Amino acid sequence: MEHNTMNLTLKVWRQKNANDRGNFETYQVSDISSEMSFLEMFDVLNERLIREGKDPIAFDHDCREGICGMCSMYIDGKPHGPWTQNTTCQLHMRAFKDGDTIVVEPWRAKAFPVVKDLVVDRTSFDRIIQAGGYISVNTGNAVDANALPVEKEKADAAFAAAACIGCGACVAACKNSSALLFVSAKVAHLALLPQGDPERKTRVVNMVAQMDKEGFGSCTATGACEATCPKGITIENIARLNKEYMVASLTSK
Amino acid sequence: MTLKQIFTSAVGRKLTMGLSGIFLILFLIVHVGLNACIWANDGGEMFNRAAHFMGATVVMRILEVGLFVFIFIHIIQGLMLEVSNRSKRGTAYAVSYGNRGSKWYSRSMGLLGTIILLFLVIHWIDFWIPSRFTGVEDVTLSDGKTVHNLYALMQNRFEVTWIVVVYILGCISLAYHLAHGFQSAFRSLGVYNKKYNVMLTNFGYAFAIIVSLAFIMMPVSMYFHWLS
Ligand code: HEM
Ligand code: SF4
Ligand code: FES
Repeated sequence: MEHNTMNLTLKVWRQKNANDRGNFETYQVSDISSEMSFLEMFDVLNERLIREGKDPIAFDHDCREGICGMCSMYIDGKPHGPWTQNTTCQLHMRAFKDGDTIVVEPWRAKAFPVVKDLVVDRTSFDRIIQAGGYISVNTGNAVDANALPVEKEKADAAFAAAACIGCGACVAACKNSSALLFVSAKVAHLALLPQGDPERKTRVVNMVAQMDKEGFGSCTATGACEATCPKGITIENIARLNKEYMVASLTSK
Repeated sequence: MTLKQIFTSAVGRKLTMGLSGIFLILFLIVHVGLNACIWANDGGEMFNRAAHFMGATVVMRILEVGLFVFIFIHIIQGLMLEVSNRSKRGTAYAVSYGNRGSKWYSRSMGLLGTIILLFLVIHWIDFWIPSRFTGVEDVTLSDGKTVHNLYALMQNRFEVTWIVVVYILGCISLAYHLAHGFQSAFRSLGVYNKKYNVMLTNFGYAFAIIVSLAFIMMPVSMYFHWLS
C-alpha cells in the first residue's frame, strides 16, 4: 500500500476540568504515517507528552472500529473529521497532507459538558434512553425468531435506524445542539417493530420530555446532522418522530 | 400530554411553526393571486373590485382575524424558538461547519423572518392601516359601485424609491425563508416519506421563486410606470 509520512500542526482544545476556561494548545507532530488512524496520531503525541513529563491529551475511545460511538472529536469544523459516514477512529491520516494545520475541538453543547480536554459527558443520552428507549418484556427463553412476522420494508427501515451508535455527532453538528437525529433514530427503530408497539406513545412523549430537560435544542431541518452522522441516519427519522409525537399527543388522555 | 407541551416542547413548538407556516403560505397564494389583478391593465378596476371583495364579507373578516392569530403565533413562537435554540451551545466552535452540511438560509430562518417582520410593519403602515382605519380615497367602478382606490394608493407608495427597495429586500427574504420553510413545515407535521419530501422540496423552491418574483414585480412595474 502506498505510504508516506507527514509533519503536521495540531491545535487542540485543552481544558483541565469542567470549571476551567480552557484554551487551544499548538503541537507539532512529525513522521506521522498516512496509514495511521487519527487516534493513533494522538497516541503518538501523548506518548511524547508523557515522556516530556506533561499532561497527555484526554480523549474518549473504546472499540476503535467504528461501532461504539465513543471517539468524539470535532475536527476542522466537522464532527468525526472530513470523511463522510465515518468515525474519528476510522479516519486515517491520508485524509490530510504534509504541512496541514488541524484544529481539534470537543463536542460543543451545554448538554454535553466538557469533562477534560476532548472528553465530554454524554450521560444525557443515557437518561434519554432510560426515559423510553427500550421495550418491556418478561425475560425467559428467547422466542422463536419467526414468531412475529415483520414486513421487509419496515424491518429494513428499523434496522437502518438501529445503526445509530449514540456518538452525539448530530448534536455537535447542529446549530441548535439538537439531539433529534439520535432520539428519532431510537423512536423510529422501535416504532417500526411489533415489539415496540405497546409503548409506542409513552416512549416518544417521555423521550422528548427528557431531551428537553437535558437542554438540547429543537430541529430546524437544516440537514447538518444527517451530513455528519457516521451511520447514515437520515432526517426522515425526525419527521417520523414528529408524526409519532403528534399522534401520541392527539390521542392521549 | 398536555396542551402546554404543544407550545413548549422542542417537537411541539415545531408543530405550531409548521402549521402556522402552512397557513401563511395559503394566505400568500390568495394574496399574490389577488394582487396580480393589477396587471389586467384596466386602470386598477379589476384589482380594486377584488380587493373590495376581500374585505366585504363577514367570512373574510373572520379569516382575517385567523390570519392575524397565525401570524402572531408564528412570529412569537419563531422568535422564542430562535432565542432558545441559540442558547444551547455554550462555548462557540473555533471552526464552523459552515455550508458543508447545510444551506445558509436553512440556518438563518430567524434572521430572514425578522427581515420579513420589519418589511411587514412598513407594509401594514402603508396599506393595511389606511384601508381599515385611517381611510383611503374612493373610486367609482364602471358599474357604479364605490370602493376604496387601493390601486391609486399603490401607485402613490411605489413612486418612492426606498419603499420599492424595502419591498424587494422583503420579498427576497421571503423567497429564502420559503425555500427552506416550505418543505420543513411538512417535515414538522410528520411527512417522512422520502419520495414526498423530495417532491415537496422541489415544489417549495418553485413556489418560493414564483411567489416572491411576482410580489417583487408589483412595486417594480408601478415604479417604472409599466401599467397604464
Ligand atoms: C408571510 C410570511 C411568512 C411565511 C409564509 C412563513 C413561513 C414559514 C414556514 C413555512 C416555516 C417552516 C416551519 C417549519 O419548519 O415547521 C417557517 C419557519 C420559521 N419562520 Fe416563518 N414565515 C413567515 C414570516 C415569518 C416572520 C415574520 C417570522 C418572525 C420573525 C418568522 C420566523 C420563522 C422562524 C424563526 C422559523 C424557523 C423555525 C425553526 O427553527 O425551525 N417567519 N416560516
Ligand atoms: S444519529 Fe448518527 S450522529 Fe447522531 S448519535 Fe446516532 S450515530 Fe451519532
Ligand atoms: S472508538 Fe468506537 S466508534 Fe470510534
